[in-house]
Amino acid sequence: MGAVKLDLLQGTLDLMVLQTLASMGVQHGYGIARRIEQVSGNEVLLNQGTIYASLVRLQQRGWIEAEWGTSDNNRKAKFYSITKRGRKQLAEDASHWQRLSAVMGRVLSQQ
Amino acid sequence: MKDGWVRRSRERVRAFFWKAPLDADLDAEMASHLELAMEDNVRRGMTLDEARRQAMVGFGGVQQAREKQREARGLPFLDVLGQDMRYTLRTLGRDVGFTVVAVLILALGIGANVAVFSVVNTILLRPLPFPQSEQLVWIAPPPQKCGLSCATYSADAHEEFKAQTRSYQDVTGYMAFSSPDNYRLTGRGEPQPATGMEVIGNFFEVLGVQPAMGRLFTAEEMRQGSHPVALLEYAYWKRQFAGDPSIVGKEIDLNGRPVTVVGVLPASFDFGAVFSPGSKVDLIVPEILDDERTWGNIVTMMARLKPGVTVAQAQAEATLVVPKLCWSIKYPQSCGSYVDKHGVSMEVKTLKDYVSGRLRRSLIVLWSAVGMILLIACVNLSNLLLARSAARGKEFAMRSALGASRARMVRQLLTESLILSAAGAVVGFGLAWALVIWLAHQGSVALPLLSTLHIDGEVLGWTVLIAFAAALLFGLAPGLRMASGNLQEALKDSGHGSSAGRKHERVRAALVIAEVALACVLLVGAGLLLRSFLKVLDVDLGFQPDHAASMRVEYDDSAPTGDQSAVKRGAIFREILTRVDALPGVKVAGIADYLPLGRNRAWGTPTPKGKVFPEGALHGPLVYVISPGYVGAMGMRLHGRDFTWNDGPASERVVMINASAARVYWPGEDAVGRILQANGGDCRVVGVVDDIHADNVEGDPGWQIYYPITQQRPNDAELVVRSSVEPSSLAGSVLRTLRELNPGQPAAEFRPMKAIVARANSPRQFFMLLVGVFAGLGLVLASLGIYGVIAYGVTRQTQEIGIRMALGASRGRVQRAVLWKTLWLVLVGIGAGTVASYGAARMIQSLLFGTEATDPMTYAGMLVLLMVVALVAGYLPARRASRIDPLVALRTN
Repeated sequence: MGAVKLDLLQGTLDLMVLQTLASMGVQHGYGIARRIEQVSGNEVLLNQGTIYASLVRLQQRGWIEAEWGTSDNNRKAKFYSITKRGRKQLAEDASHWQRLSAVMGRVLSQQ
Repeated sequence: MKDGWVRRSRERVRAFFWKAPLDADLDAEMASHLELAMEDNVRRGMTLDEARRQAMVGFGGVQQAREKQREARGLPFLDVLGQDMRYTLRTLGRDVGFTVVAVLILALGIGANVAVFSVVNTILLRPLPFPQSEQLVWIAPPPQKCGLSCATYSADAHEEFKAQTRSYQDVTGYMAFSSPDNYRLTGRGEPQPATGMEVIGNFFEVLGVQPAMGRLFTAEEMRQGSHPVALLEYAYWKRQFAGDPSIVGKEIDLNGRPVTVVGVLPASFDFGAVFSPGSKVDLIVPEILDDERTWGNIVTMMARLKPGVTVAQAQAEATLVVPKLCWSIKYPQSCGSYVDKHGVSMEVKTLKDYVSGRLRRSLIVLWSAVGMILLIACVNLSNLLLARSAARGKEFAMRSALGASRARMVRQLLTESLILSAAGAVVGFGLAWALVIWLAHQGSVALPLLSTLHIDGEVLGWTVLIAFAAALLFGLAPGLRMASGNLQEALKDSGHGSSAGRKHERVRAALVIAEVALACVLLVGAGLLLRSFLKVLDVDLGFQPDHAASMRVEYDDSAPTGDQSAVKRGAIFREILTRVDALPGVKVAGIADYLPLGRNRAWGTPTPKGKVFPEGALHGPLVYVISPGYVGAMGMRLHGRDFTWNDGPASERVVMINASAARVYWPGEDAVGRILQANGGDCRVVGVVDDIHADNVEGDPGWQIYYPITQQRPNDAELVVRSSVEPSSLAGSVLRTLRELNPGQPAAEFRPMKAIVARANSPRQFFMLLVGVFAGLGLVLASLGIYGVIAYGVTRQTQEIGIRMALGASRGRVQRAVLWKTLWLVLVGIGAGTVASYGAARMIQSLLFGTEATDPMTYAGMLVLLMVVALVAGYLPARRASRIDPLVALRTN
């Protein structure tokens, strides 16, 4: 174990899931979780199981859709995809994040 | 996104109700997740076992993931609530004794509150049962000593007022001086008495009352000589005519004349409930003002304000108009007679204010008293719950060790409070409903609008509100204890005599002291009201109500001239009285047209002959027209002589006056034998009667003047009989005697004078009883509270007491120690309570009669009562303490 991993807030995990689905297309829960781990360079503390809470929240808001299907290896899995509303929400949230981190960066780096 | 919120809520509700399929779906998904992870791991080169293990590690806690998903998708709040409720019901079910006691205490407290709120709502808060009732006003001179006689106007003055004012949509009124049972219904079996009221033609239009059947009066029917018509009140129509709808348009026989029934009034209209509480009105007839122009001040004045006109504006206009009102247009010198030179001549107040304003104070006192009962009940329950939660210390410690958060446990305790409160509210609501139905049928209590008392949505809302408030109140103390206490302490085995325990003992003692103080206030309040009521009963009414009863007599004195009529009347009454006097058991009988404490009337302002008085020094006395024997039958004290049958239309005109009037007419002299200018001529005063309370029991008696029935036409005839036996036993023989002389005599009620006096006192008695009941309730609850605390203290200190006894303390010593503790608690409570009681007594000062707020007897009584209660409450625990076997006590833990 290297440096202490960052704890994820509920809202940020949702955003990560949305982004992952937007770039990966259709994916199942395990795939999404693995992808987040990889992209974040293993700096994120993620119990993969917590992704299901995130998925159900996004589903209830209508930002992602779900359907049972089969994976490459003929395993049954539930596949998720981002919706049009979800893409819109993603764009909004992502730009909000950029602004926020830019401002925080400026404030935190002052002397 | 508003749209998203709605959709999300819908989804959450759906998820709450369909847990099973969603759970199954999630389980399948998680299983597939793990399989995929395993596959991946195997592909990376791990062994099967290692792959599985790594997959589980990566996944994290399965149960946790499940719970988090459930929380995210459903309504976790409801889930937790459901759990808490199930748990609470289980624990309450285990401790049935406690649950039953707690629910009972709450039911009494909440039920009493709901019932009183219902009464307060009906009489004080709810608007009158007329459309836009805030526009209705009552117009009268300010209240004076002569009751309704001074609150009415003549027919001319009424019409003049209507013509001269601009503030009102319409002005109406009714004839205030009819007696009960003034009509006789014949032609339907035995003659039945009925009570009728005369109202001005537009009465119902102004009030906004529509008939349930038929129509209202027309302008034609208000004129002299028109065919008599009547409107039936709903209850009378149901009772007398069996609810037969075809009665509308038919004729009935009233007082020997055919009267057409033009309609039936709706069930929601009750004349008596609004305008003359305690009496029942059966039918309404039009008041023909032309017939009554010479009758004096007989019409009450009510009106409906124009929209946008305030009462203050109407008042200002009334003050300008009143000097222009004439008692009779034919006598210009009577103009301006409605002006009171000393103050306000005419008051305009809302009809609601007139009907129930008088009672505002009493009702607020009642409401406060019942609120205090609820407070005491809550304090009691708080103590009970504290004791219970102390006993459950181990349970809470265990739950905390297993991971329950403190907040969760406080929430569970509050749920317990809410459930107890809800159960108490349901039972209490039922009790209140029964009480309200009973109260609404108490026709003899002269409280306005009482018969319209019913349970409605507002009452239900109030029940829910106080159930919540009560739960919060009594749940607070145990909840706070849970929130702040050290839970793990309880897991250790000792627990007795710890410092934390002592602090809680103090809290509970403080609660009991508060209870005692509240009970104190209730007891002192009830005591003061009781003493006032007893003082009222002791008032010298000027007549003897015991062993006297009255019955309304029907007679026919019609004759061509007034004098002949007087002679005929004299003969009829003389015969009646002779026969009734001869009945066994009758001491003396007499006849009068009005009885004290009932309706009355006044006209004229007699002046002693030859004397001049300053303006406004003489009042108009109440007028009674009586027969010989009446003074004796009523047990009035007379100086001089009674009227005799020789005082006839041809002989000298005679009168009797009361002592107060005599003192002003001829101060320092004997009034008997002097001449009074009254009734349009010279009258000789032959007797001076001691003041009677003619209008009310509690106020000052006014002036009264008595004319003989052979010299003045009476409005009515009430036969008063004084007997040596219980009057009710003579009812049959009196009626028979009357029927011998007049077969048409209706079966009128033989009313004891005691009942008439009781009815006058009924509002005061009603309140006193209610406050007394509440004080009793408060006392019982407080004594239960004292017992609970002391008993629990003894239980907790069993070991300590055992040690003391083993070291040589006698049983008596132990007992005394417990009793002293009890007395100390109660004394402190009494101390605080006395101060609070004095404050409360000052506030109800205006409701007391002949009793000071500092009445020492009441306070002393309260002190003695509470000390006795303390001793009784402490006795059982003291006995138990003295019976402790030191060996057993030392052994147990």
